[in-house]
Amino acid sequence: MSTDKIAIQVRGLGKRYRLGETHEVYRTFRDTLATLPAWLRNTSRQRRAAKSGGHDPETPPGTFWALRDIDLDVHEGDVLGIVGRNGAGKSTLLKILARITEPTRGRAEIHGRIGSLLEVGTGFHLELSGRENIFLSGAILGMRKDEIRRKFEAIVEFAGVDDFLDTPVKRYSNGMRVRLAFAVAAHLEPEILIVDEVLSVGDAEFQKKCVGKMKDVAGGGRTVLFVSHNMQAVKALCDSGILLERGRIVRRGPIADVVETYLARATAVLPGTLIPPEFHRRYPCDLEVFRVDVLNRHGEPAGFVLMEEPFGLCLICRARRSRPDYTVTVQFRRDDGLVLGTIGTSYVLDRLEMRGGGVYALTARLKNVFSPGQYRMDVRVAAGPEEVDFVEGIPLTVAPVTAGDELPQREGVVQLRSEWSLEEADADGAPQGVP
Amino acid sequence: MNQTVDDMPREVHVIEPSRGWMHVHWREVWQYRELFGFLVWRDVKIKYKQTLLGAAWAVLVPLCQMLVFTILFQRVADFSSDGLPGPLFYIAGLLPWNYFASSITQASNSMVQNAPMLTKIYFPRLMVPATPCAAALVDFAIAFVMLLALGFFYGIVPGASWLLLPVFMVLACGAAFGAGSFLAALNVKYRDVRHIVPFLVQLWMFLTVITPYSAVKDALGAWRYVYALNPMAAVVEGTRWALFRHLNGVELLPGQPVTVAPAPPWDLFVLGTAVTVVMLAAGIYYFKRMERTFADIV
Repeated sequence: MSTDKIAIQVRGLGKRYRLGETHEVYRTFRDTLATLPAWLRNTSRQRRAAKSGGHDPETPPGTFWALRDIDLDVHEGDVLGIVGRNGAGKSTLLKILARITEPTRGRAEIHGRIGSLLEVGTGFHLELSGRENIFLSGAILGMRKDEIRRKFEAIVEFAGVDDFLDTPVKRYSNGMRVRLAFAVAAHLEPEILIVDEVLSVGDAEFQKKCVGKMKDVAGGGRTVLFVSHNMQAVKALCDSGILLERGRIVRRGPIADVVETYLARATAVLPGTLIPPEFHRRYPCDLEVFRVDVLNRHGEPAGFVLMEEPFGLCLICRARRSRPDYTVTVQFRRDDGLVLGTIGTSYVLDRLEMRGGGVYALTARLKNVFSPGQYRMDVRVAAGPEEVDFVEGIPLTVAPVTAGDELPQREGVVQLRSEWSLEEADADGAPQGVP
Repeated sequence: MNQTVDDMPREVHVIEPSRGWMHVHWREVWQYRELFGFLVWRDVKIKYKQTLLGAAWAVLVPLCQMLVFTILFQRVADFSSDGLPGPLFYIAGLLPWNYFASSITQASNSMVQNAPMLTKIYFPRLMVPATPCAAALVDFAIAFVMLLALGFFYGIVPGASWLLLPVFMVLACGAAFGAGSFLAALNVKYRDVRHIVPFLVQLWMFLTVITPYSAVKDALGAWRYVYALNPMAAVVEGTRWALFRHLNGVELLPGQPVTVAPAPPWDLFVLGTAVTVVMLAAGIYYFKRMERTFADIV
């Protein structure tokens, strides 16, 4: 469907953030006053460091490039997939193109009306009814009033909420809300559509419907930029793609090649080996997890764990700064993004106190409920409310128990253990013998 | 369904880091007028959802304030009210004041409240603090009907100067939007603002609504020019002047003629308008300067 007319032209685009800026919740005057002495000390140190030439002048201490030197041409009718690990710069790129945030440098030219869908349900208000929200959300996404009126019936039908149109959305079930929100968004008809990860919501059937709708949109000659962790959806929708890593484009071309490269690189972190810097979202970071060991039931490092056998994780980390409030979270997920479970220190322990310069081994022991297969673990480290490190995609292999076992593998993502009993009951269903 | 897409001339957006003074893209604001209408409609709609009395609140609140002020400042303290009955004098000041107060209170919180939207979708950001300033006009209009009823009760005939009332409301809108956009931008960075604003609004009210300018003149002499820097003083005094100037000398209360001067207090109006213009420009300038980082820190 691609034509030779340019839809989006990006040259030398970059975005620099101050460390902490993206996660700092807010400040008060008192905070600013309290950091003043440190700021003064820092700047004088920075000045000295700059004099000695120790730093890249482009990247003053305390800043990092979320996106750097991006060149990109998207033709009309292209459906471009953008893949990469968390923090690789995908969302930043979309946000700049959607004009939500400004680039630090470079230039992008966008030819055509642009619509962005960075979240399902933007602008929804829970107090308003379904009908009112269709109009409000439609207007916020950039539709005109008569356009919404024209598409109203189709939106309602797609969402399947006709009976609840005049009910406040706060009384909707979660699923209904998502369906309605997506239905509005799906009827957006801009010339260029920017979509981020919206398909990761809703049940499987609705997701299928969404992918179908997205295909219609993509097939209709529109230009689409699509970011998702769901590789199947990316492959199904896009014809070409780019792979971002630490803010730069490291691969571009047909979508199959890009996805393959992404998956190949994603498996490069192996349990028991050092985690290279490029796998950290931030580097250097306050608390760096530099090795993750998978432990078998005896507590020995292992390449895989057995189904239904308890296992452990040992995270070796180095603290660069003393803090009393570190927390570590590990999320288990399937390749397609489905999250199977989360474990974290904050659920069971108080916050972890660590000394700057110290090396620590943090061990977790857990029951293994996963069905045999390949999973991935994302390790997230926070200091207070601020995320300081994120290592994504460490593989975990759960091997089936073989040879004459009494625990046959059951169907499903998790292995459920259950106990059953059988008693005779009377006609009402009450167990016999109970008066 | 999109056969026209290829034939239409494409709009082109250039995305670049912004530098220096940024002007407001008025054409773009105009393009987004429908969305602005929706945002205002949403604010109005939500305000009285799930309330028992609904829009009656817009009347009840100034009514109670009026009663308290009349009892306290006229009956107990015997403050001047330019010969007007207390209820009329105070309500005429309270309506524009309440419009202003609710506008800046809501506006200062608006950016933070709409953070989810700001980080997900593009539209001219200035609409966010502008929305509460427009929505509060609805409350004002409802309460104004009560003022008319009260005037009717006192047997007031409308005067030609009533046609000037919108001028003072425009001034109030300007002051509210200027201060509101400044506070909204400041609140993104410093959440102190939400503690300061209610307190500020309260002090400001006592400076504005309680006494007529004639009393201020008597008490302050040349210092009244400092007092006149408060643009809301011009709005409140202007509203009273426009409403009641034609009643000069009429005895609404037995033995007490109305002393609202037929000549406008020019010093107050000129200074108030000048300050409003400065506030508006400064508010928009600061807002635009902060705008580029909103999505990153909100």
